[in-house]
Amino acid sequence: MAHDVQHYNLDQKFDFTAATKKIVFTVLGIGAALLVLGIVMAIFGGGHEEAAEAEGHAFHWYERLYANLWINNVYFTGIAIIGVFFFAIQYAAQAGWSTAIIRVMLSLGNWLPIAGILMIVTFFIANHDLFHWTHAYLFDKASPEYDSIIDGKGSFFYWPMAKGTFPVFYIFRMVLFFGFWVFFFKKFQSFTYNEDIIGGTTNWYKIRSWSAFFLIFFAVSSSIAAWDWVMSIDTHWFSTLFGWYVFSSWFVAGLSAITLITMFLKSKGLLEMVNENHVHDLGKFIFGFTIFWTYLWFSQFLLIYYANIPEETVYFVERLSSDIYGPFIFVNIAMNFVLPFLLLMTRDSKRHGVFLKLVCALIIAGHWVDFFLMVQPGTLGHNGGVGFMEVGMFLIYGAAFTFVVLSGLAKGNLVPKNHPMLEESYNHHI
Amino acid sequence: MERDTHFVTGVYEDEDVLLHAIKEVRSSGIKIHEVYSPYPVHGIDDYLGYKRSKLPIAAFLFGLLGTTLALTMQYYMMAFDWPMIIGGKDYGAFPDFIPVTFELTVLLASFGMVGVFMVSTDLKPWAQPRIFDLRITDDKHVMAIDIANNSAIELAKIEEILKSSGASEVNKKSFE
Repeated sequence: MAHDVQHYNLDQKFDFTAATKKIVFTVLGIGAALLVLGIVMAIFGGGHEEAAEAEGHAFHWYERLYANLWINNVYFTGIAIIGVFFFAIQYAAQAGWSTAIIRVMLSLGNWLPIAGILMIVTFFIANHDLFHWTHAYLFDKASPEYDSIIDGKGSFFYWPMAKGTFPVFYIFRMVLFFGFWVFFFKKFQSFTYNEDIIGGTTNWYKIRSWSAFFLIFFAVSSSIAAWDWVMSIDTHWFSTLFGWYVFSSWFVAGLSAITLITMFLKSKGLLEMVNENHVHDLGKFIFGFTIFWTYLWFSQFLLIYYANIPEETVYFVERLSSDIYGPFIFVNIAMNFVLPFLLLMTRDSKRHGVFLKLVCALIIAGHWVDFFLMVQPGTLGHNGGVGFMEVGMFLIYGAAFTFVVLSGLAKGNLVPKNHPMLEESYNHHI
Repeated sequence: MERDTHFVTGVYEDEDVLLHAIKEVRSSGIKIHEVYSPYPVHGIDDYLGYKRSKLPIAAFLFGLLGTTLALTMQYYMMAFDWPMIIGGKDYGAFPDFIPVTFELTVLLASFGMVGVFMVSTDLKPWAQPRIFDLRITDDKHVMAIDIANNSAIELAKIEEILKSSGASEVNKKSFE
């Protein structure tokens, strides 16, 4: 048994070559082309639907664009913050196996500042089109459209201002969450790269303490973020485990992203220390949390279905009885539970790249469908669906996310060469 | 099954020495009967050249049996034997059956796995295990070599190889 880790080149850096960039930009270009195609089709093909609209509110093509922006904003923000979250977990749990890939996890956080800006901008551009609760008349007792239920929830968005004016509390939370997430991300980043220079265990201890604070903050903020950004779309409806449900969806997608980037780096001949044992552990995480997601999805469904209270069932009625969304419920279960569960069950499929890569790609697409099902029925109703616009926007976000993350990764050493647990990671064996 | 009775045992103090010794002993052509240690030694299966356990397959099949059994049972009870409307749902309301199905799947998978494990390792309550050295329950690793199974190699040679591989003691052990 070779115990010596030093014969590896620990100063390896990821070189974000022009060839790789070209692939990313090609995907971005395809996405943009599909998006434009989708928009053109929506503008010129949407006439008959507007005529059929019985209610006063006419549907505009840009509402679908906003809904797509929102789906991808929430989804990729989640993947990014999961990278930081998983990084913090490794330190809080004093885990050694993951040391070689710990910077891959952290690198996902590079997307956070951009995600924050996109989120706030999208909210201000799209607010009435996405969020029913932003309409002032809902809170006006004199108005015929006064809604006492939303009025009761109004303070959660508008405090301390009058309801129906400017959503101070909502914006405050959004800024606070992104602010702290980015702050923690930058802290972790500076500590871990400082470790490369000065060595020792000081930075490790610092990250561990900061991780504990981050995890407490994240536990609360991820849940509230899910209510704010996703659950508030269906303003009347509520589910007590929604925060966990969104978190689990993010988590599985984030783990898949970490695994895919790790496999990509390995295919470039980097991360020599990472072998099938590390990949196996990542695979086990994906397998396990796939089941966790299913557990939460099903718990939410079963209780609502069984209790059969109209104010709760409306969420699933809207989806299951719709021609557009109904099939996607089953696609969602198939992509995020049945297939990963069966494909990742054996040991070999978790250890050997091909299967795992396939499942990771499946899961990343699958959880996009999950968010699609959370956002679109409440915002677009029967005007939604998966078309060129959806695929295009997903590809654009995916490519931009990949570009930002890989550029961030290329800035420093891939492996934390002075990490006190590097030896343990190298000798990891299962 | 004919039980062999005469063994040579090598006693090892350290797990790293043990792992090296296993490699050495096996490469000299000696077949190891079994290695006993007070705690699980990481990676020892690979050193002993054991094939991977087929237990997961048994677990999967038992789990599948549990799923099938649970669904059949519930459908039969709720939709055919004594149809009942509960909570305004259909007789054969699939989502209602999932929790029980899940539980029975887990139950049968785990019980089946334990059962298969006990049968395949001969771990029955009335089994009389062979204790090669009492200290394997304390702080020593013991490698047992079946003499009859290694008749091609001289006994003295086996003992010498064990000694040179790092064994602190080499003993003989016979069973009735």
